Amino acid sequence: MIYDPIDIALILVKIGLVFVVILTLAAYLVFAERKVLAWIQDRKGPNRAGPFGLLQPLADLIKLLTKEDFRPIGADKWLFYLAPAMAAIPAIMIFAVIPFGAPLTLFGHTVQMQVSDLNVGLLLFMALSSVAVYGVALGGWASNSKYALLGSIRGLAQLISYELSMGLSLVPVVMLARSFRLSDIVNAQSGCWFIVYQPLAFTIFLISIAAECKRIPFDLPEAEGELVAGYHTEYSGMRFGLFFVGEYINIIVLGGLAATFFLGGWHGPWLPPVIWFTLKVFSFAFLFIWMRGTMPRLRYDQLMHFGWKVLTPLALVNIVVTGWWLVLRG
Amino acid sequence: MKILSDIAALLTGMWITWKHIFRRPVTIQYPEEKRTPYPRYRARIVLTRDPDGGERCVACQLCSASCPVDCITMQSAEGPDGRRYAEWFRINFARCIFCGLCAEACPTLAIQMTPDFEICTRDIMDLVYEKEDLLIDGCGKSPDYNFYRHAGIGVTQPRGSGAEEKPPVDVRGLLP
Repeated sequence: MIYDPIDIALILVKIGLVFVVILTLAAYLVFAERKVLAWIQDRKGPNRAGPFGLLQPLADLIKLLTKEDFRPIGADKWLFYLAPAMAAIPAIMIFAVIPFGAPLTLFGHTVQMQVSDLNVGLLLFMALSSVAVYGVALGGWASNSKYALLGSIRGLAQLISYELSMGLSLVPVVMLARSFRLSDIVNAQSGCWFIVYQPLAFTIFLISIAAECKRIPFDLPEAEGELVAGYHTEYSGMRFGLFFVGEYINIIVLGGLAATFFLGGWHGPWLPPVIWFTLKVFSFAFLFIWMRGTMPRLRYDQLMHFGWKVLTPLALVNIVVTGWWLVLRG
Repeated sequence: MKILSDIAALLTGMWITWKHIFRRPVTIQYPEEKRTPYPRYRARIVLTRDPDGGERCVACQLCSASCPVDCITMQSAEGPDGRRYAEWFRINFARCIFCGLCAEACPTLAIQMTPDFEICTRDIMDLVYEKEDLLIDGCGKSPDYNFYRHAGIGVTQPRGSGAEEKPPVDVRGLLP
């Protein structure tokens, strides 16, 4: 297989662009979350650093970078140092398969607005989202702390409860689009978004991704009222920052995936495709922040019960019904 | 259908938080905006003077005794006219909890609370206020009260000539 140097250059540019944009967005998502939560609670939120507090993410970054990098006695050194990266890197890698705009034509080349158009993109997402939980599990285990260990145990229990229903809720999408390739899934929705055919699958997926990004009401692994900070209790400085930013990258990425699978990806009238995609991602991010400002935390057994006895059977029934419908329609 | 009412409850919560996003924040931006405390707000303590300009404090130690954190100390002394006063008077605001018990206990209304709460400093020793820092040239919250006019002891006027006071009783006249 021969590669054109322009193609390689374009791919490198896309990787760099996605990396910078996602990291900046994640930093500003933290700021947006603090602002929106403050508004919900009738406060003003951060407004001291720069105009309207817009330099707050920068100030946070400087603070995290200059803090002491602390390691508890008896912690497993290598796992303790690696775990934050294991949580953050898979999150940003998932974005490689998400198409964020209509294909462009540059220098006579058709440029997919997507870092890599894998034919098993959906499976790659499922695999990487499971790998990200290893960061949580190993980080908590390597910390040599009871609270951190409890947090990571909860993280694992949560994983097996929601990951199954999340995977099952995506099966009807694949059945409708007849492809695992994310660009095909988006193109299949050029007429009608899949949320119209699959409202139940969308609801299950939405609940599952809230559990996947460890957000309230499913923030059991870090439950600050019960477990100090859960699996990242013992982390300080930029290692904590990596866990933190990984979580917000996860929100952006999973919002993008929800938009891709159910809301037609970059499809939409009047506005440019990239703007549509960004709008959809932001509305998911806002929904998560809004939910955090509203809901209480579920109990550990309630989440397991909900995942195994409600979401998974519903997703299975949904698959069967979708299959019947596709067969009857021919 | 319990599940429907549960979903309705969730949506009600979401609707309430949505409404609060657009409500005006209750925050007061402290160094720029300041709220005016109520007149009876309990903050910095002062020693007041009576309407004639004399010190009200008679160094009776009641404030010091009532103070739950023991932040008030003083040394009592007596003037040539028999009037008691504090030789020195010290309040350690680093310990004071602004409970107002000293002001409650004071029989001469000398020690009073003011609404001035901005007394923080860089050096903790600056929070130890001496008598000259505490004493003000005014009567505070009770402009007319003068303890010695009511006390019945002959310091500012002969015994029995104070306000609402009867002349001293001749004890021998009471004998049966």
